[in-house]
Amino acid sequence: MTPPATQTTRREAFGSRNVFILSAIGSAVGLGNIWRFPYVAYEGGGGAFLIPYLCALLTAGIPLLFFDYAIGHRYRGSAPLAFRRMHRAAEPLGWWQVLICVVIAVYYAVIIAWSAMYTWFSAQLTWGKGNENDFFFVDFLQMGDVAEGGVSSDFVPQVGVPLIAVWLVVIVIMCLGVKRGIGAANMVLMPLLTVMFVVLVVQSLFLPGALDGLNAFFTPNWEALADPAVWASAYGHIFFSLSVAFGIMVTYSSYLKRKTDLTGSGLVVAFANSSFEILAGIGVFAALGFMAAAQGTEVAGVATSGIGLAFIAFPTIVSNAAGGSIIGVLFFGALVFAGVTSLISILEVIVAALQDKLGWSRISTTLVVSIPLAIISMALFSTTTALAVLDTADAFVNAFGIMAVAFLAVIVVAWVLHKLPALQEHLNGRSSFKIGMLWKLLVGVLAPIVLGYLLFSELKSKISEPYGGYPDWFIWVFGWGMVLVLIVGGVLLSLLPWSTKSRAKQDPDYDEFLEAEGHAPDPETGTLRTIGTEVGK
Amino acid sequence: MTPTALIMMTIAILTVWGGLVAGIVNLAKHPEEEGNEPVPPVEL
Repeated sequence: MTPPATQTTRREAFGSRNVFILSAIGSAVGLGNIWRFPYVAYEGGGGAFLIPYLCALLTAGIPLLFFDYAIGHRYRGSAPLAFRRMHRAAEPLGWWQVLICVVIAVYYAVIIAWSAMYTWFSAQLTWGKGNENDFFFVDFLQMGDVAEGGVSSDFVPQVGVPLIAVWLVVIVIMCLGVKRGIGAANMVLMPLLTVMFVVLVVQSLFLPGALDGLNAFFTPNWEALADPAVWASAYGHIFFSLSVAFGIMVTYSSYLKRKTDLTGSGLVVAFANSSFEILAGIGVFAALGFMAAAQGTEVAGVATSGIGLAFIAFPTIVSNAAGGSIIGVLFFGALVFAGVTSLISILEVIVAALQDKLGWSRISTTLVVSIPLAIISMALFSTTTALAVLDTADAFVNAFGIMAVAFLAVIVVAWVLHKLPALQEHLNGRSSFKIGMLWKLLVGVLAPIVLGYLLFSELKSKISEPYGGYPDWFIWVFGWGMVLVLIVGGVLLSLLPWSTKSRAKQDPDYDEFLEAEGHAPDPETGTLRTIGTEVGK
Repeated sequence: MTPTALIMMTIAILTVWGGLVAGIVNLAKHPEEEGNEPVPPVEL
């Protein structure tokens, strides 16, 4: 019998800096880049939106990305372990981030499953021209009303079966580990995604009416810049788009070699993510321009985002365009690939946290994490009420999960633990792009102000009227209740003791790293090592 | 396309994609150090 794997094994690592960069881009480039950014930009002043967008990228997105990299790389652990090593009292922040990822993972998978089915439907135009809306809600989702029948348990096979397939694929990737699973998947999927998207954009540009779409997208409305809500939406978008502050970048950067150019890599990741968004904006609005022309209406009349854009507007474009099937396959295929590379990064936050905590091997931990998540995902999202649960959980976890934990994390790290100078020193000690006082001001002052404002406005809007018109009990369970459980759960999980097998207590890698960097030994791993050496004598 | 939209599109592409190119050039100038790193574990 082989002995069980213990934490004496070294921490996994990405094969190279480039694999890390590609994986971080894979995580950042997700559904939001394709279906959210184009509409946010269009609504926020079109071409003029570039100004708040670039400001948000440079003053909040990139500084927070560096902040995450610094925490993960300096403390070399999953989110809970990294925060614990920073300070014992900060550990709940890490578990809160892990639980946020649990919620996101279960609903994110079903969007990938829908997209996979729509890739197939596009090839055959299954929905039937003119029937795109009804096909999605009635035929495909078989959507039920939560106000009438509550949360349904009626299984919808055309959603459930691909959902199982999505989970099987990501479970295999996760079981293969950081280098051979996550790294390799990104090395294949990201170049493929880029090529597919470029072909999609070029094809969209040749559709009749495409240039009207681009006109609508890029014509600046300078007055929008005077509206604080436009600036808030730019900051909110950048923040979600870069996958910062919910553990992903902390986890990924903990798999980097000790001497890696963190800020140099971060700049490439951030600009690559934005480059993809601009490309998506061009592709989506060229296609919407065609749709408006085909329907004899203005682009403003067809512009939309999210699920409506992907599963109703795009199928309509596919039905009407010459070579529409190719556009459909490329678009939905791109959603699948962008979704999978993001989902694996979300799952890695959970797997890494439990691996650190329990000291189990990669495969056992992956299975223990993924199988229950797949079951919950199936139970909630392969039924007729999937869309309502998804919509509510997504809105609440974004506002009161990600945004709230980010707000608290920057305040705790900057103002309670005063760790920004140490993190700055860590980044500068190995990076090509040096950061200074400005970075500390942006993370410690601007970020809490912006995040606090966004959080407050979300709170105001979600309290003032029931979200999405759903019944009160439903919003309490899947909205407010869910976000409260994440916070309480985060605190409770941080109270569970770490065993002597866990990486918090036994991590020769970390001890060596601290010694090589000239830092004081870790109070937990360092103590144990000394005791171990003495006993060994 | 109208000239204004075209100008804004060009500026957007140049700044964001230019940023990406500058980032890649900067990284290429600072290749990864092959120091005495511990060997990553063999997975599985």
